[in-house]
Amino acid sequence: MVELLDVITVGLFTAALRMTTPIAFASLGGIFSERVGIINIGLEGMMLISAFAGVAATYFSGNPWLGVLAAVLVGGLLGLFHALLTVKFVGNQIVSGTGINIFALGFTAYMSQVLWGSRGASESVQGLEVVSIPLLKDIPIIGDIIGTHTPLVYLMLIITVLSYVVLFKTPIGLRIRAVGEHPAAADTAGIDVFKTKYLCVMVSGMLAGLGGAFLSLGHLSLFAWGMTGGRGFIAMAAMIFGNWMPFGAFGASFLFGFADALQMRLQALGLLPPQIILTIPYILTVAVLAGVVRKAIPPSNYKPYVKE
Amino acid sequence: MTTAIEMNGITKTFPSVVANDKIDFVVEKGEIHGLLGENGAGKTVLMNILYGLDRPDEGQIFVNGKEVEMDSPATAIKLGIGMVHQHFMLVPSLTVAENIILGKELTKNKVLLDMNRMLNDVKDFCERYKLEVDLKAPVYTLPVGVQQRVEILKALYRGADILILDEPTSVLTPQEVEELFKAVRALKEQGKTVIFISHKLKEVLAICDRITVLRRGKVVGAVKADETILGELAETMVGRKVVFTFKKKRIKTREVVLKTENLKAIDDRGLPALKGVDFEVCAFEILGIAGVEGNGQTELVEVLTGLRKATEGKILVDNNDITKASPGERIRLGISHVPEDRHKRGLIPDFSVMENLILGSHNKPPFTVGRVRLNFEKISNYAKRLIKDFSIKTPNKDTPVRHLSGGTQQRVVVAREFSRKPKLIIASQPTRGLDVGATEYVRKKLVEMRDQGCAVLLISADLDEIWALSDRIAVIYEGEIVAIKDPEKTSERELGLLMAGGKSG
Amino acid sequence: MAEKTREQYLETKELLRRFFSRLELELRRILPQIIAILAAFLAGAIVLLLTGYSPIEAYGALMRGAFGDAFGVGQTFTQATPIIFTALAFLFAFKSGLFNIGAEGQLLVGGFAAALVGISFDGLPSFVHVPMALLAGALAGGLWGFIPAILKAKLGAHEVITTMMLSYVAFYVTGYLVNYPYKAPGWVSQTPPIAPSAELPRILQPTQLSASILIAVILVGLTHYTLQKTTFGYEVRAIGLNPAAAESGGISITRGMILALVISGAMAGLGGAGEVMGVHRRFIEGFSPGYGWDGLAVALVGGLNPVGVLLAAVLFGALRSGGMVMTRVTGVPLDIVSILQALVILFVAAPMLIRYLLKRGGFKWLSS
Repeated sequence: MVELLDVITVGLFTAALRMTTPIAFASLGGIFSERVGIINIGLEGMMLISAFAGVAATYFSGNPWLGVLAAVLVGGLLGLFHALLTVKFVGNQIVSGTGINIFALGFTAYMSQVLWGSRGASESVQGLEVVSIPLLKDIPIIGDIIGTHTPLVYLMLIITVLSYVVLFKTPIGLRIRAVGEHPAAADTAGIDVFKTKYLCVMVSGMLAGLGGAFLSLGHLSLFAWGMTGGRGFIAMAAMIFGNWMPFGAFGASFLFGFADALQMRLQALGLLPPQIILTIPYILTVAVLAGVVRKAIPPSNYKPYVKE
Repeated sequence: MTTAIEMNGITKTFPSVVANDKIDFVVEKGEIHGLLGENGAGKTVLMNILYGLDRPDEGQIFVNGKEVEMDSPATAIKLGIGMVHQHFMLVPSLTVAENIILGKELTKNKVLLDMNRMLNDVKDFCERYKLEVDLKAPVYTLPVGVQQRVEILKALYRGADILILDEPTSVLTPQEVEELFKAVRALKEQGKTVIFISHKLKEVLAICDRITVLRRGKVVGAVKADETILGELAETMVGRKVVFTFKKKRIKTREVVLKTENLKAIDDRGLPALKGVDFEVCAFEILGIAGVEGNGQTELVEVLTGLRKATEGKILVDNNDITKASPGERIRLGISHVPEDRHKRGLIPDFSVMENLILGSHNKPPFTVGRVRLNFEKISNYAKRLIKDFSIKTPNKDTPVRHLSGGTQQRVVVAREFSRKPKLIIASQPTRGLDVGATEYVRKKLVEMRDQGCAVLLISADLDEIWALSDRIAVIYEGEIVAIKDPEKTSERELGLLMAGGKSG
Repeated sequence: MAEKTREQYLETKELLRRFFSRLELELRRILPQIIAILAAFLAGAIVLLLTGYSPIEAYGALMRGAFGDAFGVGQTFTQATPIIFTALAFLFAFKSGLFNIGAEGQLLVGGFAAALVGISFDGLPSFVHVPMALLAGALAGGLWGFIPAILKAKLGAHEVITTMMLSYVAFYVTGYLVNYPYKAPGWVSQTPPIAPSAELPRILQPTQLSASILIAVILVGLTHYTLQKTTFGYEVRAIGLNPAAAESGGISITRGMILALVISGAMAGLGGAGEVMGVHRRFIEGFSPGYGWDGLAVALVGGLNPVGVLLAAVLFGALRSGGMVMTRVTGVPLDIVSILQALVILFVAAPMLIRYLLKRGGFKWLSS
């Protein structure tokens, strides 16, 4: 037991914040999509392809920030594609998302083989440097936890706040919420329902793209097969757990990020077989869904909106 | 005086029906103009054309004397036309103020919503038109009458000078109707023009300056409200004298079929919906439950059919306690149910007529072999018989129900539920949305079943329907039965008062 | 006499007319699927071209590998077998309105349970041991379906995420079992071989095609029969199409959904058992290259119809078996197969997209 307690250190929390980042990005992405009534289970695949695109762009340009840009663009494109299939062509949201997920796994492995001759992992590329926030890093404990990270971690924190402001304090946020909950009412109020949906699902993909970029460029500096490891799904659970609210989703993401960090620590210590520890986030997700969803009422009407 | 609206020779044809046939419709500025007609007479189609939701096949539209191309609601709004739909277009979780300003938001720093400025703006509006609402309340917490006020405010905020109210009284209590009338008169004083769509004669006479009557897509009269009398108008509207009564074969028994004792239940939001309901329905009797919608009727029907749990109390059928029985067990005990929303609860649209006709009897002989396999020969013969007996207009028994008209779909429900030899029928809004023919058919069938000895519980928001069919009338208000009356010893006025929560005299 | 021949003639003519109008109807019904497959191959060709491979060579090698000789055909059917199971699993749950996207995990636990029974008993007669192992696979898969089912029914946990999550759990739990307690000596993560009495016979030597395909085909018939001809199937379909109306009609939604998902899981589990008992004769870590996902695609491409599933499974089996040959001969990465699959799913997801593309492409007459 002593060994177990030794695991709980400041470093664990630092790692937890790091592991929170990709989940929180995707989770915020989930919120934007679901707030306009589109389920995006393709978050997982969008993250994965973006992670790959980030590494590929960095590999060719040598600049990880171009990699991040590529990841965001690719994520946005996939979001647009999901919106096209489900909004314009009224396709099934789950099937479309699943298709994106399978495509992502196959496409990234294929391209990884083409580019680097291995479907398992890419060559290492220049990752994002960590930065220290001057005053913040000097605060004891807190400074250790949040003082020094890659800029994407700080971007995630900023976007969490920004998402809240956009959704609840701006006209576009009001319109987004109206479109999701009662598209016909929004339509009669002169709001372009379809445009709003496209925009939000694209943003959803872009945020997932940032999550993917963090995994490959901010965390490992390479692309590995299936490296998202279900984080897109976990992000959906965090979104539900967080009641479709940005801060709630961030909090829930931190819970999962913490579990992830803990799992890595335990694994490093060799206390338990890795396979058993690796199940923790998934079991936790199921538990969260089972315990919390009873009260969770989605803010949206997921039926496709068809104009008469 | 100039005209606010002039529609000339409007014709609109749908695949199966001519909805508007060369209609001329003129509304003067500053008047309250009634558009009167039965369901299906073409009122809504005409107004949808005026509001840009539908395009006419032929005809011209003039607004304030100028010809216009009405291609979308946005154009209509720009021209100062506002519409309050029968089904409100409000976002339930947003506040009143947010709903009103939606799409016309004010900002500060060009980015953030300026809620204070908008609240002040809207408050001014409310005062000017004497429409009082709590601007910060989420819409879903408000009573229907108040929600309607929000809809009117929304239209005014968008600069409406001409306001179309589509069947505005259908969801209101008599008292709320009074409030609405006050507001409409205030609008007129402010110089607004109002088009008031209704199928209720008395209301139109009470509020309107002039009235246009539609029947089967044609204008059959345009009159000044005070020049005419009720009877004439009724005749004009329906095209024949209406004597809407059913011969009542009074068979008095005290053989109680359904009895509830102190029945309580909560609604989907967890609030008490039924607060101790007691009543009985006997064989050979139709008990009508009158009430404004949303007073617990839906929950009552669900509790009686086993779709919702009773939190307290008892339901007895033939003196057997069925409070805990499942919906399936209740069907087997002889309870039939005509649900209020046939698309939601009554039918499986993708199933064929045949498959829909056995729903509920699908799991017992003669339709099964050993309760496992379906007996298609028997099922097919049964379906053919019901299609014939109930004149279900379908190409064949294998046609998916979704392809049938609303009236025909309801016939499928009625055929299925009435052919099970029920001892108790629970019919909830059985004629909602049906045309005159289908309505009469369903009502006739209900009375037939009563005459054969069935106990019938009829829940309807249409007081006329309750009046025409019931042997006794119970009034439900806020989850309680506030009175049970003999139709011969009560008046519409008294019932209206009871429905609104008042005491009877 | 002439009268009679004429009557017969007319009768035959009428029969033929009916046959052809039915055929046309069926063809029109499956047209979107066929076009989806073609479109996927076209898009896949673009990927191949852009990455410097010749699509003609690649697809050619794929087809030759899959159907070129008896061995290829055998391997195609071998690969199709588990996909039939997982496709039926997806289909059955879908008919009750549930998305079981966790067939992969159900297949794994089913396979492991069968392996466990296979290695734990010795000296049993085959006619006892084989059914026992199959039953164990079905039960384990069923259990893996029961968990999300009960969570959905009692707590409202969305099955899309829970089945997915449990798939990961199954992957790691079987991974643990095969690496620690049940690991056979050696460097490969696999269990010891099952007793010969638990083996399903190979029916087309030297390919790995086993009797599991017979079980799969029987299951296709059984699924069709259950859905269309039984009271239970009627209830399942009613729940899937309109749960509220089904409930009003006295059908227990909870019971129907739980049963459907348990049956769904059991079918996937049986598929895993078939792989272990017929193909590998032991549980090997990672033996499934994603049969669960293939199943989803196949169910959709098969028009959510058991017989359609059979045809679509052969196509996907061909992709898998021919894909290996293609990789060996042309060096095209095997993952192009997943790309093709995903594209098929995406094209099938939105039939209106296909209709739109047809209209744009000038094939208006086909698009009605």
